[in-house]
Amino acid sequence: MDFWDILQYGSWAVAALLLLWMVADAFMVSSQFTEDVLTSSQEGIDELAAQQQAHNAGKGS
Amino acid sequence: MSDSAVTATQTANPNAINLKKVLGPVHVWALGVGIVLVGEFMGWNYSVAKGGAYGSLIACWVIGLLYTCVAMIDSEITSTVAAAGGQYAQAKHTTGPLMAFNVGIYLVMAYTMLEAADVLVFGDLVSIGAGELGREGVDPKPFVFLAVAVLAWLNYRGVFMALSVNFLITAVAFFSIIILWVGVQPFSPGEITQHAEMLAIVPLPELSSVQGLPYGWLGVLAAFQFGTWYYLGIEGTCQAAEEVRSAGRSLPLGTMSGMITLLIAASLTWWICAGMLPWDYLGQALAPLYDASKMTGSNFLVVLLWVATVFSAIASANGCINDASRAWFSMGRDRYLPQWFAAVHPRYRTPYRSILFLIPIAVAFGFTGLLAQTITFSIVSGLLGYTFMPINLTKFRRKWPLGSIKRGFVSPMHPIPAIVLMTLCVLTFFAVFLGFGTQLFVMIGFYIFISLYFVYRRYKYVRRGDQFTMAWPKPQGY
Repeated sequence: MDFWDILQYGSWAVAALLLLWMVADAFMVSSQFTEDVLTSSQEGIDELAAQQQAHNAGKGS
Repeated sequence: MSDSAVTATQTANPNAINLKKVLGPVHVWALGVGIVLVGEFMGWNYSVAKGGAYGSLIACWVIGLLYTCVAMIDSEITSTVAAAGGQYAQAKHTTGPLMAFNVGIYLVMAYTMLEAADVLVFGDLVSIGAGELGREGVDPKPFVFLAVAVLAWLNYRGVFMALSVNFLITAVAFFSIIILWVGVQPFSPGEITQHAEMLAIVPLPELSSVQGLPYGWLGVLAAFQFGTWYYLGIEGTCQAAEEVRSAGRSLPLGTMSGMITLLIAASLTWWICAGMLPWDYLGQALAPLYDASKMTGSNFLVVLLWVATVFSAIASANGCINDASRAWFSMGRDRYLPQWFAAVHPRYRTPYRSILFLIPIAVAFGFTGLLAQTITFSIVSGLLGYTFMPINLTKFRRKWPLGSIKRGFVSPMHPIPAIVLMTLCVLTFFAVFLGFGTQLFVMIGFYIFISLYFVYRRYKYVRRGDQFTMAWPKPQGY
């Protein structure tokens, strides 16, 4: 077994580990949060603009 | 704008998990140029086989005009529709659900197929590199799999890091072209480059009477198909719309500076390769800039160009994962696809399920080894999207004329860019028909099939009212 063989086996192993980590993490997240929370993102909402507005309002009062 | 006449009145849910707004113009540039730059390192040169070296140069500039129109139109609309999904979200607002569904699928297909082609090339480059170091027969598949897994992991963990990495490796790849250009001594013609000799192409008498164009003007037209490789994917900057800190400023700036970068890179690439490699070799070379570096006799340039070619393929795949997942996520959010795909990771704030779901598709196509077919799928899907853009801009300007809503960028000389873009799209479709006619018809059939699926099976789930999210006045005529 030469360097290139080891590199090929290593690539399979590292790729599989990363995929397993992502899948495990995705399952963990799904078990810790409800679907309503996970899919709550809103299009067209500018959080930064809202923060800036709140900040400006705070300064004005 | 009249407050009483807005079409959407979304209020922010303080507990919602949204995508993270952390990107700036540099990341937008890295996303757009990162996706495209691999086309300078390989692929564009097939246009030389169709139209000769001059034909390729004409394609480079004419298709450059096509993409400049794309960048201008996209910049105007996306600077107002600051939503993930890019052109999908635009189509949803300007045209309607069926067009939006099609545009969304064009985007996902264009980027996923391009990603598959990129990692396929990456695997081949590692295999070729091993061969040059004396080890033949290295299997590219583990490297294909590794590239997809590492890049998907990077995207899963956060958009800021993914696109910061893209910025670094794209910059290295771009500057390697500049360094190679300097290395071939552009101010001493005839020393290393041999343009006078290389460009003296004798035309085939039965096909052409034009000196320098081996297959005449039809060959030049056929070269348009592969001329798209110089710029394919620059419109991907729009997918970052929901994650940039200031969409109105960052998106036009990142997109237009990216387009300028690509025009420079494309022209330099053509100049270097056309002056160093005979056109009949150049027309079928796997990695022409790398081959040109070998001709210089400089080991530094050879190593630099090999690294840059690998970086360009990685940067492209990385950007494609980002873009395909945003389009898929965005369609899930509106229930054009199952809403399950619309989940955002609570910690990393990325569309993690969409990223995961698209991994096996990219790996499967990457394992096929069918580079030409995979990339043609991407090109045709992209072209269908570009063909929609003139219609998109025309409808956008009619429904929301200048002054009715705030635009971050106004596309100049309207409607000229829209007319030019539509004309060039038609010509490029004809060029694809000349080279890959059967595949073109198969793919059109595929898109008709999924349109029918959407109308009859999926549309009933779509959130019809909620999908119009931009706080704009009512469109004119409604």
